[in-house]
Amino acid sequence: MSNIGLPQFLIVGAFLFAFGILTVLTRRNAVGILMGVELLLNGANVNLVAFDHYVVRGITGQVFSLFVIVLAAAEAAVGLAIVLSIFHTFKTIDVRAADLMRE
Amino acid sequence: MEHAMKELGPIVVHQAGWLWLIPVFPAIGATINGLFGVRIQRAIGKRAVHLIAIGMMTLSFLVALYSFSRLHGLAPGERHLQDTLWTMVGSGRLSFDLAFALDPLSMMMVLIITFIGTLIHVFSTGYMADEPSYWRFFAYLNLFVFAMLLLVMGDNFAVMFFGWEGVGLASYLLISFWYTDVEKAKAGMKAFVVNRFGDFGFILGLFLLFWSLGGIWEPRNDARSLTYVPEPAAVAPAGAANPYADSAPRFVDVDGHRVRVGPTMSFRELRDQVVIEKTGVAEHLKHQSVWGFALMAVVGILLFVGAMGKSAQLPLYVWLPDAMAGPTPVSALIHAATMVTAGVYMVARLSFLYAMSPTAMGWVAAIGALTALFAATIGFVQYDIKKVLAYSTVSQLGFMFIGVGVGAFWAGSYHLLTHAFFKATLFLASGSVILGCHHEQDMRKMGGLKKYMPVTAATYLVATWAIAGFPWASGFYSKDEILWKAFTARDLAFLGHPAPWLGPAIFLLGIVTAACTSFYMFRSYYMTFTGTYRGGEGHQDEHDEDPHAALAAPHHVTAAHPHDGADHARAKAQELHAHTAGHGAPDVSGHAPAVGAHAATAGAHGAAGHAAASSHGAAATAHGHDGGHHGGVPHESPLSITFVLVVLASGAVLAGLLGVPMLWTHHEPALEHWLAPSLPAEVSFAHYPHATEWLFQGLGVLAASVGWFFARLLFKDGRSHVPRDLKKRLFGFWTVVYNKYYVDEAYHALVVRPSLNFARLFFWFDQHVIDWFVNFVGWVGRLVGTIDGAIDTYLVDGAVNAVAGLFGEAGRAMRRIETGRIHTYLYGAALGSLLVVLFNFLFR
Repeated sequence: MSNIGLPQFLIVGAFLFAFGILTVLTRRNAVGILMGVELLLNGANVNLVAFDHYVVRGITGQVFSLFVIVLAAAEAAVGLAIVLSIFHTFKTIDVRAADLMRE
Repeated sequence: MEHAMKELGPIVVHQAGWLWLIPVFPAIGATINGLFGVRIQRAIGKRAVHLIAIGMMTLSFLVALYSFSRLHGLAPGERHLQDTLWTMVGSGRLSFDLAFALDPLSMMMVLIITFIGTLIHVFSTGYMADEPSYWRFFAYLNLFVFAMLLLVMGDNFAVMFFGWEGVGLASYLLISFWYTDVEKAKAGMKAFVVNRFGDFGFILGLFLLFWSLGGIWEPRNDARSLTYVPEPAAVAPAGAANPYADSAPRFVDVDGHRVRVGPTMSFRELRDQVVIEKTGVAEHLKHQSVWGFALMAVVGILLFVGAMGKSAQLPLYVWLPDAMAGPTPVSALIHAATMVTAGVYMVARLSFLYAMSPTAMGWVAAIGALTALFAATIGFVQYDIKKVLAYSTVSQLGFMFIGVGVGAFWAGSYHLLTHAFFKATLFLASGSVILGCHHEQDMRKMGGLKKYMPVTAATYLVATWAIAGFPWASGFYSKDEILWKAFTARDLAFLGHPAPWLGPAIFLLGIVTAACTSFYMFRSYYMTFTGTYRGGEGHQDEHDEDPHAALAAPHHVTAAHPHDGADHARAKAQELHAHTAGHGAPDVSGHAPAVGAHAATAGAHGAAGHAAASSHGAAATAHGHDGGHHGGVPHESPLSITFVLVVLASGAVLAGLLGVPMLWTHHEPALEHWLAPSLPAEVSFAHYPHATEWLFQGLGVLAASVGWFFARLLFKDGRSHVPRDLKKRLFGFWTVVYNKYYVDEAYHALVVRPSLNFARLFFWFDQHVIDWFVNFVGWVGRLVGTIDGAIDTYLVDGAVNAVAGLFGEAGRAMRRIETGRIHTYLYGAALGSLLVVLFNFLFR
């Protein structure tokens, strides 16, 4: 373990992604699911930055990850608004209650 | 035995763009009266109806006169006016135009038709005045004239045949004009059906002629411009290649003219190629045969079968006597003067074809002679005045066919002309008598009419004089010419065998017929016009002061006497009398009673005036007595009728001027000279010294005198008891003749009943066999339908429903997946991604 290289970054990214997936799939709390989504996006961001640094050697990936961060912020705002709306409707933020699309 | 043709060139054609006007005027009249006549009559009156009809006829006559002047202005050999409108049919070698042609022969016919036709229209205004469907009558009359003009003016067989059938139609319509009477409707039907038999023969002859001219139906080749140079040796020896076998039109150069040879419908082209010897067509036709018979004989006889039907010859004459059911003007125009002569016209028109076959000519002449005698004998014993004239017409038509049959084509046509005048006069005079006797046609109930109807009697006598064949009236000239030519004809053949005896035999029949003609015509005259009036008994004695004294006076008068019209069958006839007296009488004095009559007839029924108008009236007697009887004395007919009678009777005499024999003047008769270009056939006759010809003219007069003598002896004034005794003694024979030799009954047994039985057989066949078959086919259809329905219901619908059900079930199954919960979808998405990844690893 002398050097920290691309594989280590990828492993971190993969872990982040896996945790994100796990959070999104298992959480019943809508806010938790949103947080899982943040993990997913950040896992992807780690990958973008790592590949950019080690493979492409430029700034394209880093700029791209910046965009992703901004997008994630926006998504979180929209998502939280939806969660608020769900709460208004169902008096809970448990996603199992929001099954009006079934029929 | 073969008749030599004159060496003639092709006909020189002069275009005449106005010819179509002649037939089109009557067509316009027929259309107007046929379509709007009923409204015109209601809105304006009968006057407008007959003014249209007569106006159109007059215009047509004027155009015909103009054409005559133009035709007369041409050189005799060039008298041929032609007006081609358009091509009606062009199909392979068969091609014909709607084209009219006037040559001397058709010119004569057109003048007869338009002149006598116009006069008869005028006559009809008087005769039919009490007819409710007046407009229909005039529409039909105009239609008839239109068709008749097509018949005689047609430049080709097609137009002629159109007219031929058209006059048949008009004849049918007019015979059964009073169609509510079943007998009259039947008579019309009979005329139509009997004519079909003739037309069938005509059509067959036409086809055969067309075929024999080389009309073999082969595909066209491109040899149109080929010039055919005839070589006499090459023309159709047996077995050799037929030079006419291929289908392109061919032309032969004759002195710088191109003459078309080959099948044609046009009379002119036909005449050119047959008459001009250089074309070789005549030779070709003479040597052809069909089923062992000489072709030209078969063609001539078949075409003559058409003439037998139309011109009422044995054995197809039966319709003509029955045709008398039609109104009398119709009998005069159609069944005496014009339509029935169409057959004679056709034979004369095709004289060059008939001249090639002595057999066909012998056939025509023999049938004509037999018909003439046969019909004349029936005429002996008929009591219906119109029936006498009908059989007389059949008999006279026989004379015409003797003429054209023995080769005296001009004499046959001349007899056609003279007959048109005297027979029209006779028919119209009989119409006047029938009108005067209040629709009585039985001569036994007439008698003494000379006193009451002087003009009618005089014209009837003149026409009788003409038909009997006394000199200085037209009938003498035409009949003697025919009989003389029959006697001198030597070239006739009987069914293929030369028969020099045929001409004299026909002459013998003819001279006997001439005596018979004279007898029965004078019989009808004496029965009708002499003696005492035998009709309307119980009525005469009421006229003690004798109004007839005035009528019989040299100055004829207009007498009016009212009578009870209410129970008079034809009460409306009064309208006619009043009307004519009002407008027709030329003298002032004639108006006084007429006005009274007019006023009285305004109501048409009830006490009404009865006016008799004659041409001159110096004194008028208004004579009235109370009603209480019907009928009334006979009375002279109105001016519209007497005027026509006088014109036609003078025509019947003056027409003789056209045919004064060469024996008298050493000049060719005017009509023979005029018709010569139309009758190119030259038939040779035996030559006899002039004395013989004088002798035969004497024989003709003798025959007429014998007939007249016996008629006068037996029937003058109805005094003689001999006719009654003879009738008693020969009652069996008399009955047979009176019943027209039971020909109608024989036809009924031999033709009508078998054909009815035949029809019944076919009805049975239709009912049982055809219907069974049809029902079977229907049943099979229904079976197939049922099977098809089952297939549709179970197989096709099942498949459709199965597909629908499948999708329905699939949808119901899929609905379970759709929980609406976000996790389900997320699991799905994750699973999908995993699968994609997995596939990516497995199948890269």
